[in-house]
Amino acid sequence: MARKQSTRKRIGMTILAWLVGFLIFLPILWTFLTSFKSELDAFSMPPKFLFFHWTTENYAEVQSRSNYLLFATNSIVLSIGANLVGLLIAVPAAWSMAFAPGKRTKDLLMWMLSTKMMPGVGVLVPIYLLFRDFHLLDNRLGIGFVLLMLNLPILIWMLYTYFKEIPVDILEAARMDGASLFNEIVYVLTPMSIPGIASTMLLAIILSWNEAFWTLNLTTFNAAPLTAFIASYSAPEGLFWAKLSAASTLAIAPILVLGWFSQKQLVRGLTFGAVK
Amino acid sequence: MGSIQLVGVRKEFGGVKVINGVDLMIPDGSFTVFVGPSGCGKSTLLRLIAGLEDVSSGQVLIDGQDMTHIGPAKRGLAMVFQSYALYPHMSVRSNIAFALKMAGEGADVIEQKVRKAAATLNLTDYLDRKPRQLSGGQRQRVAIGRAIVREPKAFLLDEPLSNLDAALRVHMRIEIGELHNTLKTTMIYVTHDQVEAMTMADNIVVLDKGSVAQAGSPLELYNRPNGLFVAGFIGSPTMNLLTGEPAAKRGAATIGIRPEHTDVSTSAGEWPAQVRVVEHLGSDTFVHAEADGIGPLSIRLSGEAPLTPGETIFATPREAHLHRFDADGRRIG
Repeated sequence: MARKQSTRKRIGMTILAWLVGFLIFLPILWTFLTSFKSELDAFSMPPKFLFFHWTTENYAEVQSRSNYLLFATNSIVLSIGANLVGLLIAVPAAWSMAFAPGKRTKDLLMWMLSTKMMPGVGVLVPIYLLFRDFHLLDNRLGIGFVLLMLNLPILIWMLYTYFKEIPVDILEAARMDGASLFNEIVYVLTPMSIPGIASTMLLAIILSWNEAFWTLNLTTFNAAPLTAFIASYSAPEGLFWAKLSAASTLAIAPILVLGWFSQKQLVRGLTFGAVK
Repeated sequence: MGSIQLVGVRKEFGGVKVINGVDLMIPDGSFTVFVGPSGCGKSTLLRLIAGLEDVSSGQVLIDGQDMTHIGPAKRGLAMVFQSYALYPHMSVRSNIAFALKMAGEGADVIEQKVRKAAATLNLTDYLDRKPRQLSGGQRQRVAIGRAIVREPKAFLLDEPLSNLDAALRVHMRIEIGELHNTLKTTMIYVTHDQVEAMTMADNIVVLDKGSVAQAGSPLELYNRPNGLFVAGFIGSPTMNLLTGEPAAKRGAATIGIRPEHTDVSTSAGEWPAQVRVVEHLGSDTFVHAEADGIGPLSIRLSGEAPLTPGETIFATPREAHLHRFDADGRRIG
């Protein structure tokens, strides 16, 4: 039987949930509202919530001053491209760790995760120098490689936990049916893991999309994604809150829409294994 | 053709011995059942034959050819798993066709073979369904269909009926038996259920702690168990195994008498006993009694017997059906 809750308690919990949800949503809402304010309204004290002079001049200004489409294209190409290549490496890696583990598999998984624990700034200088010498600065291939490396441990870990949930019997049945290792992965394992692969990809794309540290340090214009586009509004002339907000809104809009439509997959991806 | 021979097969998992030197000959066309309690190594032995596990030492010969180091795909065997292990994302048709597709058969040949297998197993109406839309029995039939289209040298069945309910299990037992009669292909069937073993097999291999305790026909095992383990394992209800005075009197450390080989009288007999529980099955009556100075005794009487708990009865074993075992548990005579 379901646990009984009094109506009053339920109303209280609902209000609390909405409050917490609103608190989390507030920065995004504020950025969105600010993007329609004049620069003066943007940092007036006390802050103006809804009653200000609405204007779209920031968007026009942002579009005329810098090429949004170029940055957006870079963001799309980099976040999808890097993770597609990552998937090609992660699927076989996760297969071998889930279904043919060795003595050191657990250690290897931990080691991969440990690379995520080191702050990126610790290796910024050597990587910057390497990029300079190999002419990879502001190069899509170069920054794409870094994004790939950043996400690979997460891709492998998530796929590994998905694959662990797949009954080994089914793969053994494929082996008995005469499938080679390649066919086993292509015809049986991968189609069965489509939901897992999709949510893994989604999360990885969002992470790459929002990655700012490396993209800001290793790109300037040609290979720069939307994160660099936003940052360019806190540049030499000073801080332009309204224009920065307009740029941010434009930058997060695509991923917000993608995230909204794939909420279900995303939540399942984040909680997979914990609940069935 | 599909004879399978195991020569000195051993298997260890990280130092734990699971199979301790099994020598076995499974003749072509036989229905062989591996039976034993949980953890006796019966499933492992089947997986070693399939090639899903590598032997630690010894040889696996199929039709006289050494297949010890050949992968499962190339051994020409088909397996039916306890969990059915159907491909959940494929239709019944694709599930059955998968092996043929892997073998590179043409589309016409595949369609024809799938239709034939589906007709044999009453699956024709379900070919376009996904496994999740099928009942347990239908899923099991798809798993069997997937095995038969390949025309394998032998079928390996790993507890294929244990996920089905009792009525369906009996039904599928008969279907598998009929399938064997039709195909005449070697079948190796693993089960922990000795009733399944007795009813289906023409050759039973009883396994105990990773070794073959006894191999032979069902009646051979029933009538002449070679030791205490097989005596206690085969037969339901289990054989009464008695030690002490009644055994010593007959020159043995332990004697065994099956429940149906004991005569009961209310006036006189060898072992006086108190009736504890009476189970009326209609066709038979099972009596569980406590014999004075001997211990619990089960007795099977044909038809109905008007006995009540607490009553005193006298049980007398039929000497011709007594089994005698020495101190090491081996059969005497």
